[in-house]
Amino acid sequence: MSRAVTAAQLGLLHCHVCSQLSRAPKGAHEVRCSRCGAALHFRKPASVQRSWALLVAAMILYVPANVLPMMKTSSLFGSQSDTIMSGVVYFWTSGSWYLALIIFFASIMVPLLKMMALALLLVSVQRRSRWQPEQRARLYRLVEFVGRWSMLDIYVVAVIVALVQLKALATIQPGPGAAAFGAVVVLTMFAAMAFDPRLIWDTRDFPHG
Amino acid sequence: MAESTQLPDVPEAVAAPKSRRSLQLVWLIPLVAALVGGWLAVKAIMDKGPVITIAFATAEGLETGKTKIKYKDVDMGLVTGVALAPDTSHVVVTAELVKDARRYLVEDTRFWVVRPRVSGGTVTGIGTLLSGSYIGMDIGLSKTPKEKFVGLEIPPIVNTGEPGRTFVLRGDNAGSLDVGSPLYFRRLKAGQIVSYDLAKDGRGILMKVFVNAPYDKFVNDNTRFWHASGIDVTLNSSGAIIDTQSAVSILIGGLAFETPAESGDLPQAAENAEFRLFANRGEALRNPETDVMKLALVFDESVRGLSPGAEIDFRGVAVGTVTQIRPHVDVAGSHFKIRVKADFFPRRMRSKDTGKVMSNDQRRALLSGMIARGLRAQLRTGNLLTGQLYVALDFFPGAARPKPKPAERMDDDDLPEIPAVPSSLVQLQETLAAIAAKVQKFPLEQVGADLQTTLKGATRLIEHIDSDLAPELRATLTEVRKAVESADQALKPNSPLSQDARDAMRELARAAAAFRMLADYLERHPEALISGKREDPKETNK
Repeated sequence: MSRAVTAAQLGLLHCHVCSQLSRAPKGAHEVRCSRCGAALHFRKPASVQRSWALLVAAMILYVPANVLPMMKTSSLFGSQSDTIMSGVVYFWTSGSWYLALIIFFASIMVPLLKMMALALLLVSVQRRSRWQPEQRARLYRLVEFVGRWSMLDIYVVAVIVALVQLKALATIQPGPGAAAFGAVVVLTMFAAMAFDPRLIWDTRDFPHG
Repeated sequence: MAESTQLPDVPEAVAAPKSRRSLQLVWLIPLVAALVGGWLAVKAIMDKGPVITIAFATAEGLETGKTKIKYKDVDMGLVTGVALAPDTSHVVVTAELVKDARRYLVEDTRFWVVRPRVSGGTVTGIGTLLSGSYIGMDIGLSKTPKEKFVGLEIPPIVNTGEPGRTFVLRGDNAGSLDVGSPLYFRRLKAGQIVSYDLAKDGRGILMKVFVNAPYDKFVNDNTRFWHASGIDVTLNSSGAIIDTQSAVSILIGGLAFETPAESGDLPQAAENAEFRLFANRGEALRNPETDVMKLALVFDESVRGLSPGAEIDFRGVAVGTVTQIRPHVDVAGSHFKIRVKADFFPRRMRSKDTGKVMSNDQRRALLSGMIARGLRAQLRTGNLLTGQLYVALDFFPGAARPKPKPAERMDDDDLPEIPAVPSSLVQLQETLAAIAAKVQKFPLEQVGADLQTTLKGATRLIEHIDSDLAPELRATLTEVRKAVESADQALKPNSPLSQDARDAMRELARAAAAFRMLADYLERHPEALISGKREDPKETNK
């Protein structure tokens, strides 16, 4: 990889705002674009640290997201609160195993795998691993792409809650699990954004922090 | 780095003052997340309430994670498990209650399944038709905590703490009553049936009734309870009387109670006091018997036709009933006696000091005094068609002196015993038997033999008469006929004898006429006796 030339190796900085290329001054840590004054840096500042922070927050919230009820249904026939897993179990036992599988993968496995993938990327970057950078780059793209689709659950809950408001007959309210789940999805998206994929390729030549 | 020179003039970036903190603010996010998560976890642990188990006969309508436990319609917990008991005889429901419920889980807290129920004129649990069953709860008053409960199969009608009192009624059958059936007092709904059960001995039912607060103070030991189910029609000389409590009780049955006025000042009945449940109002008020004295009557004859429930009658007044009939064998004396147990109602007999309740010992003393004076029981026929018997109590002076032996006990129940005199039928039988015995003692064979000899003598006599006497008799008879014939001849009208007799009679009549003339003349002429007859011209003319 070291054969490939990067801007950072050449000491060049690219302004994200006005696209002017600048030469990094010697000895200076914080630099600005000479034309538009935007902050310039070789890599996203504190990328790994921020990514880790968001990822840790997401991991913490993943627990209540799965344990707390997602949705509270109350109707004439009584009230009921469902977690994601109880919904999966319900569909599985009632015979709709394909729906159960979809919900299980979209709402339980995908966020979990996403967090594991991000953790893997972050660890590998911190250890400056040279292991399979192309695969890791592909993994990162996958994580970024998948991110928004995990919000599907939240959309469904939001729509149902808005629609099913029949007062005495039936109401559906979002449970605390929905907030936690939304937070997990948003935090993992931010974590993926905070991660600088260029770090995968900066094996040991470039310091990052 | 040398290659950088190949690029067209790239301006140098401006150095900025170092302002970055080494620790990123972004770490606040996981901190907040951890705080929120931790708080939720702590809350979940803190909110975890006690877990109890309730045993039910069936798990009908109970669902794990859905069925709630409610007290006064407030959620108190959730069923977390429904499992079969190890011996499969019932189900064990595990439920997690809210945190605050711990102090309500005491010994007499009750649980039951609320299902739609139509009873006692009321419909309950309609809501559960749609929402599914839930477990009702009634918080007890005890202080002893408990975790394993046995659920009620029938919801309690009365919740703990409701003012009023519970009484137990002992009746013959439940009729059309059910839990929740109303109890009326002066046609006001005063309570309801809480539960009913078969009596332990299987003879009758035990019914628990709850009398609500203002009414329970009218229940005393003399209060009568009766079935007020349906319509009670009585026909008597004053017409038809239709008695009913309310429209509801016509349809679904009910109970009523009343306290006879004369006993209004008795103390209120105690909680769970037992009362008899009568079939109807008439019977209830006719039987003022709360005071029952148990007696035993000892018979020495067949009691066929006497059955439990038969009346004990004192000179035509019913004073008790027969409760049990049982033969007893006296092994030593090898004879049988029938021992009849009876309930005697002393209150039916008024004494001067009425109102004063005698103790049992006093009553016994009184009774034994009466027995000494000839009080006896006697079986009498109540109904000639069916042969039903009743027991009559009366004084039989002839039986006044009972055998001095202290009537050996046949049972160890220590009931006062009244000896019996034989019934009139038995007396008749005895008389007949005595006659029969006398007849049997008569020496019929000897008499027969004697009679035979006598007859033989008679035959001989008759033969003798025949052979010896008859010819003589015939001759005599011929003679007699001859005599009669000659007399007949002599008496004929133209026989000489009658001619002569007739002439004689004529002469006699003439003589009588002459004598009359003489007497007549003498009456007119008495001097003729002396002077003799004078010639009378008139006489001469004549």
